[in-house]
Amino acid sequence: MRASFRQLETRRAGLPDKAVKLTRDQYHDLYYYLRLNRRVDEQLTSLYRQGKVVGGVYSSLGQEGISVGTAYALGPDDVVGIMIRNAGAMLVRGFRPRDLFMQYMARRDGPTGGRDANTHFGDLKRGVIAPISMLGELVPLLAGVALAARIRRQQRVALTYVGDGSTSTTPFHEGLNLAAVLKLPLILIAENNGWAYSTPIEKQTANTHLVDRAQAYGIAGAAIDGNNVVEVYEATSEAAERARKGGGPTLIEARTMRMKGHAEHDDARYVPKELIEKWRKRDPIVAYEKLLTKERLLTAEEKAEVEGRVEKVIREDLEFAEASPFPAPETETQPVWA
Amino acid sequence: MPGLKAATIAKKVVEPDVKTLERMLYYLKLTREAEQLLERVLYRQGKIVGGVYVGRGQEAIAVGSAIQLVEGDVVFPSHRDFAAWIIRGFTLRDVFLNWLGRAHGPTRGRENTNHFGDVRRGLIPVISPLGDTCPLACGTALVQKQRARGNVTLVHFGEGTTSRGDVHEAMNLAAVWTLPVIFICNNNAYAYSTPTRQQYAVKDLSARAPAYGMPGMTIDGNDVLKVYDAARQAIKRARAGKGPSFIECKTFRMTGHSAHDAAQYVPKELFEMAAKDDPLARFEKELVAMKIVDSKRLGQLEQQIAKEIDEAVAFAESSSLPEGADAVKGVYCEAGCVWQATGV
Amino acid sequence: MPVLTHLEAVRQGIWEEMERDPSVFLLGEDIGVYGGAFKVTQGMLEKFGADRVIDTPISESAIVGAAVGAALMGMRPVVEMQFMDFIACGFDQIVNMAAKMHYRWGPAVPIVIRGPSGAGVHGGPFHSQSNEMWFVHTPGLKVVVPATAYDAKGLIKASIRDDNPVIFYEHKFLYRRIKDDVPEEDYLVPIGKARIAREGTDIAVITYGAMVWTALEAAQELEKEGISVEVIDLRSLVPYDEEAVLSSVRKCSKVILLHEDTRIGGFAGELAAVISEKAFEDLDGPIFRVTAPDTPVPFSPPLEEYFLPNAQRVIDAARRLAAY
Repeated sequence: MRASFRQLETRRAGLPDKAVKLTRDQYHDLYYYLRLNRRVDEQLTSLYRQGKVVGGVYSSLGQEGISVGTAYALGPDDVVGIMIRNAGAMLVRGFRPRDLFMQYMARRDGPTGGRDANTHFGDLKRGVIAPISMLGELVPLLAGVALAARIRRQQRVALTYVGDGSTSTTPFHEGLNLAAVLKLPLILIAENNGWAYSTPIEKQTANTHLVDRAQAYGIAGAAIDGNNVVEVYEATSEAAERARKGGGPTLIEARTMRMKGHAEHDDARYVPKELIEKWRKRDPIVAYEKLLTKERLLTAEEKAEVEGRVEKVIREDLEFAEASPFPAPETETQPVWA
Repeated sequence: MPGLKAATIAKKVVEPDVKTLERMLYYLKLTREAEQLLERVLYRQGKIVGGVYVGRGQEAIAVGSAIQLVEGDVVFPSHRDFAAWIIRGFTLRDVFLNWLGRAHGPTRGRENTNHFGDVRRGLIPVISPLGDTCPLACGTALVQKQRARGNVTLVHFGEGTTSRGDVHEAMNLAAVWTLPVIFICNNNAYAYSTPTRQQYAVKDLSARAPAYGMPGMTIDGNDVLKVYDAARQAIKRARAGKGPSFIECKTFRMTGHSAHDAAQYVPKELFEMAAKDDPLARFEKELVAMKIVDSKRLGQLEQQIAKEIDEAVAFAESSSLPEGADAVKGVYCEAGCVWQATGV
Repeated sequence: MPVLTHLEAVRQGIWEEMERDPSVFLLGEDIGVYGGAFKVTQGMLEKFGADRVIDTPISESAIVGAAVGAALMGMRPVVEMQFMDFIACGFDQIVNMAAKMHYRWGPAVPIVIRGPSGAGVHGGPFHSQSNEMWFVHTPGLKVVVPATAYDAKGLIKASIRDDNPVIFYEHKFLYRRIKDDVPEEDYLVPIGKARIAREGTDIAVITYGAMVWTALEAAQELEKEGISVEVIDLRSLVPYDEEAVLSSVRKCSKVILLHEDTRIGGFAGELAAVISEKAFEDLDGPIFRVTAPDTPVPFSPPLEEYFLPNAQRVIDAARRLAAY
């Protein structure tokens, strides 16, 4: 059984040869979001070191391919439940770097007005649902979003993420089983970055091929290179099509590496240095640049234009965020009820 | 690694010895008769209050597996595994005292049905949120592994229960820690009114096992010898330090969810088909064919069992109910307590 | 005598029990190789080995359940919740399995579930809760909340030796901020006995956990205006020292109940009812409560500051009560 899934791993690292086709502009879009994701991450690290961040910073360094590729494959009506390292998905869905900066700096004009931290924010109008810290809990929730869509006969797809660690949790299981038995239009991305805080995947589970869980629930599964944004986009599009046609959920295991510690305060000394080095050579943005250059999809001018746009928005948003005040204390007890 | 095909098992069936065969017959018949009394007599007479859950038609699962346990092993039976209690040394008096909520029963009237156990006898009961015992089974297995005496833990649950997160977390834990625990799934086709097609989307639940990194198999749960053999293999693996296994026993729930449930949502034909597959009738037939018993012996056995049950029920019925004030005692264990009911 | 922080005291207490009793072992996420998110278990893997300091998958329900199973086999597991907020992920195992087992059919369940709780470090809604009342309200559990480093060591040891399931709250704000003389030898602090943190005569402030320090800060201020405040540190909520509470109320005749937990269903409500039932005649004024408001714990510093009870709020309440 497992052999058939392994075949997917030797997918050609190139342009999709199926119906999923991207325009030149779309290739550039992906590039923009990847670069933006990386810059936001760098900026947050810088703010942290300046002591301007309240609480921890959870980096998505090296994992941008997954957030950007998955989110970009969704339609405007689709809904995504983001997790701690999916800032890239939030950018694709229309949030700005300033939203993330203000969240991390606990400012009044951030999306939660300072009530919650880091990526714990969302916007139903943008089809983004916020996480809680308890891992796996978004799975049943997004299954519910998918269920509502099915009841109303909408073409909406729900997508969310779990880390390798989160696959051990109760809600992962209950949510995925429910989605499977009800054949819900859910896409679950198992973002396998090898580590759950200090726990390597070998200590998390005895079968580290997370894609095998798909069989356990009777759903479609795919194992892909998470650092190949085109492959991520393609796999997500396939899953979305399956979902919209009533084919039920898909579990996509996207393999990548957590390039930093669990959070900024964690120096991750427990991660073998060679492993980080090995994955540094597989950087998703560098790989994508190589691909675009090779396929003549990105000229030097176009690249500079993207970079310029990224820098501009980062600069503007940083300024905006730093100028935003802290929230007024009395807003604390403003209605807890809707 | 994963999944042993049913055909392979059939070829390798290792017959238990004659004594074990006779014991299995006894436990099967005892279960059938005792549960008949509980569900269709005592309950209807109003002598049992609360719910009554029996395992009619599924008796082979508990008998074929629990009979192989030795001292130091632990079993977590489900509410449909009556025989496990008797196999592990509880008496029929214990059972009926508890069902009838008596003061001198194993829970002093605090718990109903078969929610009682004894750590020294290696039997730990369920609580009503089913699946919760699976993590506990990992705990007992962890200690057994560390003590390195080759002991194992069996944990039983239904197919409906496999949808619960506790089962998932426990299976993952057992596999990644290589624990000597055997997960036995009683797939009796219905979880209350929920048929399997509304419970999960796989064909066989043994498909779950390789996802966790443990072997799994699906067998005919109404063939006590198949159950015996599958359990034997899994127990052997576990005793040898090779870790957990998952056994799905396919059977049919020949009652409602509980005594009050007429199970009208189950198509009559399914009951009729399953009745022809009755595990007790099949085993009796087989033993007669093997000339291990004859109809005379069967008759004697029935009489013996009836007598045992009658005695135990009479004893329990004449036993006193608890004092109301006992309700507020013993919430906490003080000063090194190991409270266990005196039982009889 | 060595001076230890609250965190070091917890660590020393666990360490001593691990040395003393081979049936004690630890389970939790990131507690082994990493030494725990707050480093409480640092060094323990190296000292006691992987059999007794076990790094688990992310499975709170399974971790608690496995602890219960191991306890039935004669072990004394200590489970770490990385943050006590995550205890909710193992809720069923605690309240339905562990809490009721002894009452129902007899065996003891000697487990300890411990971890960092409380706010004041900008942890946001899921790293700052005080959820003790979920378990205070479940018969069969004990709930322990030390405020000093001395008590932290004595109480964790007592909890590990207790034959019941104990939920042990370590306030993360106190972890590195408070220090105490902590004897190196084996000693226990009994569960169910309060401590008089400060003697006084005019107003009794009854509290627990990090709020003990807030109360002491307020008391010092109030002393200057001639209001003598007694501070009672409950040290445990189940069982709690009812006699100490009533005795203080009788002595002072006026009482403020203080906790960081939110208002409705907080422990102050329980105490207020008991005081009214048993010491009504001794009261010279209404029973006041100072608590957090009924909201999730907010993240941004000004919001969190507004949320948390502080010395000023206690002082204001005391002045109003003194004037009654």
